[in-house]
Amino acid sequence: MRAVITVIGKDMVGILAKVSAVCADHGINVLEVTQSILQDMFAMIMMVDIEKSDVPFTAFADELTRLGESMHLSVHTMHEDIFNSMHTI
Amino acid sequence: MLNAHDILETITMIQEENLDVRTITMGISLLDCCDSDIDRVCQRIYDKITTRAARLVEVGEQIEKEYGIPIINKRISVTPIAMILAACEKKEPLKIALTLERAACAVGVNFIGGYSALVQKGFAAGDRELIESIPEALACTDHICSSVNIGSTKAGINMDAVALMGKVVKRAAELTADRDCIGPAKLVVFCNAPEDNPFMAGAFHGPGEPDCVINVGVSGPGVVRAALAKAGDCDLTAVADLIKRTAFKITRMGQLVASEASRRLGVPFGIIDLSLAPTPAVGDSVAHILEEMGLECCGAHGTTAALALLNDAVKKGGVMASSHVGGLSGAFIPVTEDAGMIAAAQCGCLRIEKLEAMTAVCSVGLDMINIPGDTSPEIISAIIADEAAIGLINSKSTAVRVIPAIGKQVGDELSFGGLLGGGPVMPVNTASPARLIHRGGRIPAPLQSLKN
Repeated sequence: MRAVITVIGKDMVGILAKVSAVCADHGINVLEVTQSILQDMFAMIMMVDIEKSDVPFTAFADELTRLGESMHLSVHTMHEDIFNSMHTI
Repeated sequence: MLNAHDILETITMIQEENLDVRTITMGISLLDCCDSDIDRVCQRIYDKITTRAARLVEVGEQIEKEYGIPIINKRISVTPIAMILAACEKKEPLKIALTLERAACAVGVNFIGGYSALVQKGFAAGDRELIESIPEALACTDHICSSVNIGSTKAGINMDAVALMGKVVKRAAELTADRDCIGPAKLVVFCNAPEDNPFMAGAFHGPGEPDCVINVGVSGPGVVRAALAKAGDCDLTAVADLIKRTAFKITRMGQLVASEASRRLGVPFGIIDLSLAPTPAVGDSVAHILEEMGLECCGAHGTTAALALLNDAVKKGGVMASSHVGGLSGAFIPVTEDAGMIAAAQCGCLRIEKLEAMTAVCSVGLDMINIPGDTSPEIISAIIADEAAIGLINSKSTAVRVIPAIGKQVGDELSFGGLLGGGPVMPVNTASPARLIHRGGRIPAPLQSLKN
């Protein structure tokens, strides 16, 4: 099972590092990362494999949301099926 | 493969444009709870609902979190209670109402629908007792929704029931006058009621349905409006295409939620209801879509045409995205639940007569309209009859949910809070239809050919 993590907010040092650290802590493998910076707005999309995660998906999502809040970033962690079903036939 | 644009589009829809799944509704048949002893019936109903729906809220919240889609309501619809009451020796429907309330609280759902009777052709055992108990049942419970089907294209309109419902609606308002007359906000009078509708207040679990089923209602007026705003000045063909594409995406999300909920609960999937259901939140309004299409204000001439296009395009886009479509499927126009409609009613641009015309081309009917508290039961009955006639002739569902604002006049406001919203009291035509209503009898089923 794969999930999509999106991070949107003001750019600062260490966003990618902190998000990846949470993934690594739980045995979650990062498969793909795209990021762009428009002026000083940071947008990152990360595809991760949560098959071997040591915590339930919802707990992992909550942890990232809390991390986002502490850095004033908007972080969403969603199952990839939602995007597949909406955008592919 | 997913691309960044698609991902960000979905996130924007959810975060900024109020995209949500409006409801997961579990339909539960209570036919096997019938008994001649009312207390035994109540016990069986309580047991069946709390067993079947034990995990409904938990699973709903799980899906909400995993997929990141807000699921606003978890609801239950049950077999029309009049059918269960028919078997009881003592016809005490209020006992069942209180049981349903208790069961709703136990499983934590937002609403339970099905305090209903189907009387399109006449009253059977239990029907009249149930209908007469509706005002009290709605006054002494918070989670119960009621509906009565008084007509159908195949049966005609039962005008005795129409006359009775005028009194019931008025009485429901009187009994809840201290709570902004919220009683009739939970009561729908239908013509051609669908048996698998997941939306309240009209949801019930029809007799042709399986024992237990999951129906899902999607929403997303904000997404459609935002898509139109981005498109700018295109022609109406392009507008229709854009609405179809957007409705497709919204519905695919609903289909995913429905199949997941069905799998996790071990309950078959019934239907997706393709509806644009507004909420009072800013940016979640059907009226604003119509205004985005080019009307100065909802209710202006052209509103019916714009709504017809919208309603049809939503269905066309949604049908392909779902394996089974049913329920009400179309755009809802509940006045007090829609910020744009409220504003249009306040400025006098949107009137009941225009709303009635709009109901001929869209999903439901005269929905959530506050009327003066001194409106007579006969006028309410006549409003119901007019609306039912539109459904009767056009072979579609129509309904009336009007709220007589007891002690209030045109220009005053009622406020219900939550999804039910609030809004101004709208004027009604006060010429008397009393003689027509007092005639009673039935309006015969219409001819289905020679359509003009």
